[in-house]
Amino acid sequence: MSVKTELTFTLNGRPVTLEVPVEMTALALLRDGLDLKGTKYACGEGECGACTIEVDGVTVNSCLMMAVDLQGREVMTIEGLQTNNALHPMQQSFVDHGAVQCGFCMPGMIMQANYLVKKNPDLTREEMTRGLEGNVCRCTGYSKVLDAVAAVVGAKQEA
Amino acid sequence: MSEIEQYLAPENLASALEVMAAGAVTLVAGGTDLTPQINEGRRSYAPTLINIRHIEGLSGISAPDGHIRIGCLTTVSEIRQSDLLTTAAPILCEAANHFASEQIRNAATIGGNICNASPAGDMIIPLLVLGARVELASWKDGGVVVRQVALKDFFTGPGRTVRRDDELLTAVIFARPAENFIGYFRKSGPRPALEISTVSLGIGGNLTDGRFSDVRVAFGAVGPTPMRGKNTEAALEGKILTPDVIQAAVVAARKDVTPIDDIRATEWYRNHLVAVFTEELLQNVCQN
Ligand SMILES: Cc1cc2nc3c(=O)[nH]c(=O)nc-3n(C[C@H](O)[C@H](O)[C@H](O)COP(=O)(O)OP(=O)(O)OC[C@H]3O[C@@H](n4cnc5c(N)ncnc54)[C@H](O)[C@@H]3O)c2cc1C
Ligand code: FES
Ligand code: FES
Repeated sequence: MSVKTELTFTLNGRPVTLEVPVEMTALALLRDGLDLKGTKYACGEGECGACTIEVDGVTVNSCLMMAVDLQGREVMTIEGLQTNNALHPMQQSFVDHGAVQCGFCMPGMIMQANYLVKKNPDLTREEMTRGLEGNVCRCTGYSKVLDAVAAVVGAKQEA
Repeated sequence: MSEIEQYLAPENLASALEVMAAGAVTLVAGGTDLTPQINEGRRSYAPTLINIRHIEGLSGISAPDGHIRIGCLTTVSEIRQSDLLTTAAPILCEAANHFASEQIRNAATIGGNICNASPAGDMIIPLLVLGARVELASWKDGGVVVRQVALKDFFTGPGRTVRRDDELLTAVIFARPAENFIGYFRKSGPRPALEISTVSLGIGGNLTDGRFSDVRVAFGAVGPTPMRGKNTEAALEGKILTPDVIQAAVVAARKDVTPIDDIRATEWYRNHLVAVFTEELLQNVCQN
């Protein structure tokens, strides 16, 4: 048996403490250990962004991160974006713009888009394209994705 | 896969080094190289895994007396966004800008990029151009000892370096470039980022009245290690960059590199890119 270690971190605003095998990835912990299936496993090697989560305010690929490295950190997954069962404005904008087809890439895409807009409220389309480089979508062709993100940026600027 | 018997996440350097002195360890920082290598079976864990990300004092960029010091845990994102580096050594920000994706840049550390020792490691090229040294710490006779090694002498082969197993790379340091220092980085790949370099190139030096001096040239992915281009440097040192000098540098660059055929590109194509990029970067220098 591989060694386990105790791990405590904040997950979507709530403290979690549990034992994890040292080799486990953060992605496996979320999906299999904590049954949060929103974060997707696709390539498993950092190329596609389907597993994107926010850790201490920055996005990372959870398939490359070791679960034990979550110790003491603030983690947000796609499940943490909603409040009171209402879609987050970024999620709603993706729906409104028809930016979702099969949906598999979307949790990662939305986590990354939300992070980009939080970091830079004046995000240009060019900066969106660069910032979403690590998120691959096999369905949409990206232009509606960019429209959806641009609408959130626009709404924030008006507010 | 071999089993990990012990996991440690020390908060101070001395305790990490003490464990490293006692037996075989695997170090992990961002994990963006290590995790895929383990998953693909190209590498296995030592009995002790040390997560170095919680060690105090190993991250951040500072400017101690005439130098720039980048802690090993500094991420590629932090380098890309650093005001200090944008002013003092923009060639590093440029390389960071062409590195992987935002999510990887947020996790990837400079220490991991150097210690992974890939011939295509992108941050290594600008650091060679800046004449950087690495700081290696180890535990000896009850205390921390530190040695410095010039980055150009650090690599011995693909994935291999002069770092001993009991040494941790704590920082990379270089003299703050002069006011008239000009440096450029160029990387090839079908996309701007998320691409392992098929060829990367950096050129830098001091430009005074059109004359280029203290020139350093570095190549990536065209030999067993990232390397300095001695012939190219000699062809440029102290010269005014006339079309003839640039052509001589292009010829010298082809002599410096020893590319191979692999899945990303052929030897012929890599040689071609070396020539094209050398000329392109020197034209950029001329425009200043
Ligand atoms: C999808 C993808 C795209 C990528 N794109 C690029 C790219 O464009 N350019 C590029 O150069 N690289 C790229 N990489 C490779 C990788 O992200 C970088 O090399 C990164 O900087 C490694 O840092 P890390 O902190 O994640 O290292 P880790 O994986 O944690 O460590 C790498 C190695 O260095 C050792 N190590 C780490 N820190 C230290 C230290 N302080 N002292 C001693 N040993 C240490 C570890 O034991 C390990 O062997 C890419 C990787 C992926 C998965
Ligand atoms: S599953 Fe993590 S990047 Fe593809
Ligand atoms: S919507 Fe199907 S992969 Fe993006």
